[in-house]
Amino acid sequence: MQGGRRSFLKMAGGTALAAGALPGMTSCAQQAVAHGTGKRLAMVVDLQVCSQHGDCTECAKACHLAHNVPSFPKGEGALEPNVKYDEIKWIWKEDFEHAFPTEENHYLPARVTARQLPVLCNHCDNPPCVRVCPTKATFKRESDGIVMMDWHRCIGCRYCVVACPYGSRSFNWWNPRPYIAKINPQFPTRMKGVVEKCTFCEERIARNQKPACVEACPHGAMVFGDLNQEGSDVRMRLTSGFSIRRKPELGTQPEVYYLV
Amino acid sequence: MYDAGKIVVGLAVLVGVTAFPVWYGLARGTTYRVQLEAPPNGATECVLPVKDGTMRAEHMHMLDQWRNEVVREGVRNKVVVSGREWDKSLTKTCLGCHTNKAAFCDRCHDAAAVKPSCWDCHVVPEGGQ
Repeated sequence: MQGGRRSFLKMAGGTALAAGALPGMTSCAQQAVAHGTGKRLAMVVDLQVCSQHGDCTECAKACHLAHNVPSFPKGEGALEPNVKYDEIKWIWKEDFEHAFPTEENHYLPARVTARQLPVLCNHCDNPPCVRVCPTKATFKRESDGIVMMDWHRCIGCRYCVVACPYGSRSFNWWNPRPYIAKINPQFPTRMKGVVEKCTFCEERIARNQKPACVEACPHGAMVFGDLNQEGSDVRMRLTSGFSIRRKPELGTQPEVYYLV
Repeated sequence: MYDAGKIVVGLAVLVGVTAFPVWYGLARGTTYRVQLEAPPNGATECVLPVKDGTMRAEHMHMLDQWRNEVVREGVRNKVVVSGREWDKSLTKTCLGCHTNKAAFCDRCHDAAAVKPSCWDCHVVPEGGQ
């Protein structure tokens, strides 16, 4: 057979190359990260309830009061006219199309899409902010899955701000102390040059309290608990209704669920 | 050595001048002592021994350890002093007794010319500026 050895070698080389490249390709298409078997704290927001109260921001108010979140002046009195995005927020209300930019189905009911909904750190199972943090100031707590921040270690590089696909992280461009309306002495403030975000109220959970936003919600639209515990509130709510998560296609495995 | 006499005298003068604060204090018999305010609430026991200087020498390391345990490991076991439980917390525990930061923390830190950044974030109780 003419050229038999030549074509055989070509084929063998090609196969070897493909086999070698396979692990690299599959690692890009990362498998869903499991919740594990231990405690896994998660939040469920019932939009059927929440969206009935469009103007309500009790969750954000309670959170920002409890955690000494500053409010920098905007517009005329802004600290620096060129810095437009110096807002600090842990939990806030967002338009549906901004919170769920890939939910593109036509003619979605207005009760879902027309109202704003609360968004916060998703405490992802596969958090990109943790991966990029050069000082491990942001880290994943193995004990309950909280994406925690150690502000002592934050050097203000803002890699995490870029990495987070949910905009959950804010950077203190200014010293926040003078712009905190009422300082809660039980919780630290931050300093200039530090990133901050929601910590699922880990300081309250340690005292067997619910997160401040969940406790403050006057309509009971937020539920918090252990996703891996059978019969927990969050599990019951997720099995009883249809829920969506923000940008699940990115593979971050967010742990804040929205019942629609 | 050339001009050994001049050099030795020069060195002696240099040491004498730079050590002025030491020998002046010794000569006058008054050494500089920082007066720290006792806890206004009358507490007599601290979370570490005070009399032998342990607290003075180790408090910063203890606070680092508390910080690492609470923030990074989530270990919030209480510190027990004479049967009473305390949080591992600068604001709640330390400043809970030593309510006047200016008359306690600052006096020593100023004298030692150290500027700890604790209070950039941690809150000093009302009236304790």
